[in-house]
Amino acid sequence: MDTAVSNLGVTTGEVILEFSYLLAAVFFVIGLKLLSHPQTARRGNMWAAAGMLLAMITTLIFHKSEAGGGIQMVNLIIILVAIATGTVLGSVIARRIQMTAMPQLVSIFNATGGAASALVALIEFSNPDNESTLVTLLGLVIGSIAFSGSMIAYGKLDGKVGDVFAGFMKYLNLFILLVVVLFIIYIMAGNTPMETQQVLVYVLLAVALVYGVTFVLPIGGADMPVVISLLNSFTGIAAAMAGFIYQNQAMILGGIFVGSAGTILTVLMCKAMNRSLLNVIIGSFGGGGAGVDREQGIVKEITASDAAVLLSYSSKVVIVPGYGLAVAQAQHVCNDMAKLLENEGVEVKFAIHPVAGRMPGHMNVLLAEAEVPYEKLVEMDDINPDMPNTDVVLVIGANDVVNPAALDDPSSPIYGMPIIKVHEAKNVVVMKRGMGKGYAAIENFLFFADNTRMFFGSAKDSLQKLVNEIKNL
Amino acid sequence: MDNLIAFFYTNKEAIFIIVLTIFLGFEVISNVPSVLHTPLMSGANAISGVIIIGGIILVGHADTSTLNINLVLGILAVIFGTLNVAGGFVVTDRMLEMFEKKRKK
Repeated sequence: MDTAVSNLGVTTGEVILEFSYLLAAVFFVIGLKLLSHPQTARRGNMWAAAGMLLAMITTLIFHKSEAGGGIQMVNLIIILVAIATGTVLGSVIARRIQMTAMPQLVSIFNATGGAASALVALIEFSNPDNESTLVTLLGLVIGSIAFSGSMIAYGKLDGKVGDVFAGFMKYLNLFILLVVVLFIIYIMAGNTPMETQQVLVYVLLAVALVYGVTFVLPIGGADMPVVISLLNSFTGIAAAMAGFIYQNQAMILGGIFVGSAGTILTVLMCKAMNRSLLNVIIGSFGGGGAGVDREQGIVKEITASDAAVLLSYSSKVVIVPGYGLAVAQAQHVCNDMAKLLENEGVEVKFAIHPVAGRMPGHMNVLLAEAEVPYEKLVEMDDINPDMPNTDVVLVIGANDVVNPAALDDPSSPIYGMPIIKVHEAKNVVVMKRGMGKGYAAIENFLFFADNTRMFFGSAKDSLQKLVNEIKNL
Repeated sequence: MDNLIAFFYTNKEAIFIIVLTIFLGFEVISNVPSVLHTPLMSGANAISGVIIIGGIILVGHADTSTLNINLVLGILAVIFGTLNVAGGFVVTDRMLEMFEKKRKK
């Protein structure tokens, strides 16, 4: 199999390996392209996965060191065991995790990718044959930032890490970044002996890890999807840096491709919230004391039976789901209620805000799981003109995405974000656990509006009560 | 300056790939419906696990005669990389499975 190819001075194996990298790179591009259309998305994921598998297998079989030696049996076994461990662990977690925790999981997986890049760079730094010191150091720094940043993002999504709003964080971050750059320049200058350099690299690693933490800490929890997308492109770039060390085209292309696609995706996500990326990173979101001077008004509650009557005798009902629905795992009972109402002749639609829940598309995934028909999910821009003709809007565990302050209160931190204009509907019923503020910690005056009734309780219990009441009517 | 010129010249192929790929990435991700933002991010995240190839190369040629720090770190890199790849693709598939289910009905 491994005979020399005439005239080229390379073996067949090396040719096959490079060709498989080319194929893998093409598969990645096709995969991501297909992933960006709803009909082909699942196939796209398969293409990308196939590309990765191909590159892994051919590397295992055909890769040769500079000296020309292939991968030894002992090493092969070690690698296969490591791969098996990662695969089993990764796919079991990915299969078992609840749909609500998916954003957290993406964040964790991104962290492991960043960690892997940082580790590879760390080891390669001490390799005397490696001449690309700058690229190695960049890979180390970017990978470490992606790792620690993603871990903090995970902590925030999971509610384990709170938001830190402090003006000095901006300057602290700039300072740490400056320290990182100085370290890289100092190591690059190469005036220090190898032993000192080894120590310096570990210090650099530590500083980069700290930067990842301080970079994400001041960013509001509601902006975590954007941050994860950004850190995802960091991981891609870090992987490409490692590809540069090995002159490995599949790694360079795959990494840079994810880096640039991820950056564009990040910008698109910001656009969906009508904000700029810079605004997300620098302007800390939420916690603002905006609108405190406004009259709070009176909160009016509604009982399950009244709500059931109101809903059943309407002709048009729109349901606006939010993270509260996800947390309570109430998507199934929500669909049950929608079906009951339809049997009564009520037209029921679900209004999906692009950033409802903890991630874009979060609600679509949840409702699809509950087998809500696709046609019933209506996007924000399509449902808003219909709002004044809607009899009842049922808001389930959503808050910031229906906050009218985004439209009319320039002092509000969410001013300018497009919202579902539920306040224009004839009646609004808001299901909420209590009077607590939303994820962005902003007061919502919708709750005090004349046409709004509050239905307190966990989304699942409240919906179950509603279902029972509607059945009894 | 000489260093930079030398760097560019010796790595010209890689730099070509990088620049063209940046444009490719921008082009491929255009007009994506917001519904797909999360699966797309997750799928791209799985692809960024391509660092696994680096891990395989590293451990593949590592000195296994003694248990050294580089070997241990390398094995960790392979495990982390695979977690990113396998977990990433599986979780993306799970998200997209939902879309498919409802389309069949």
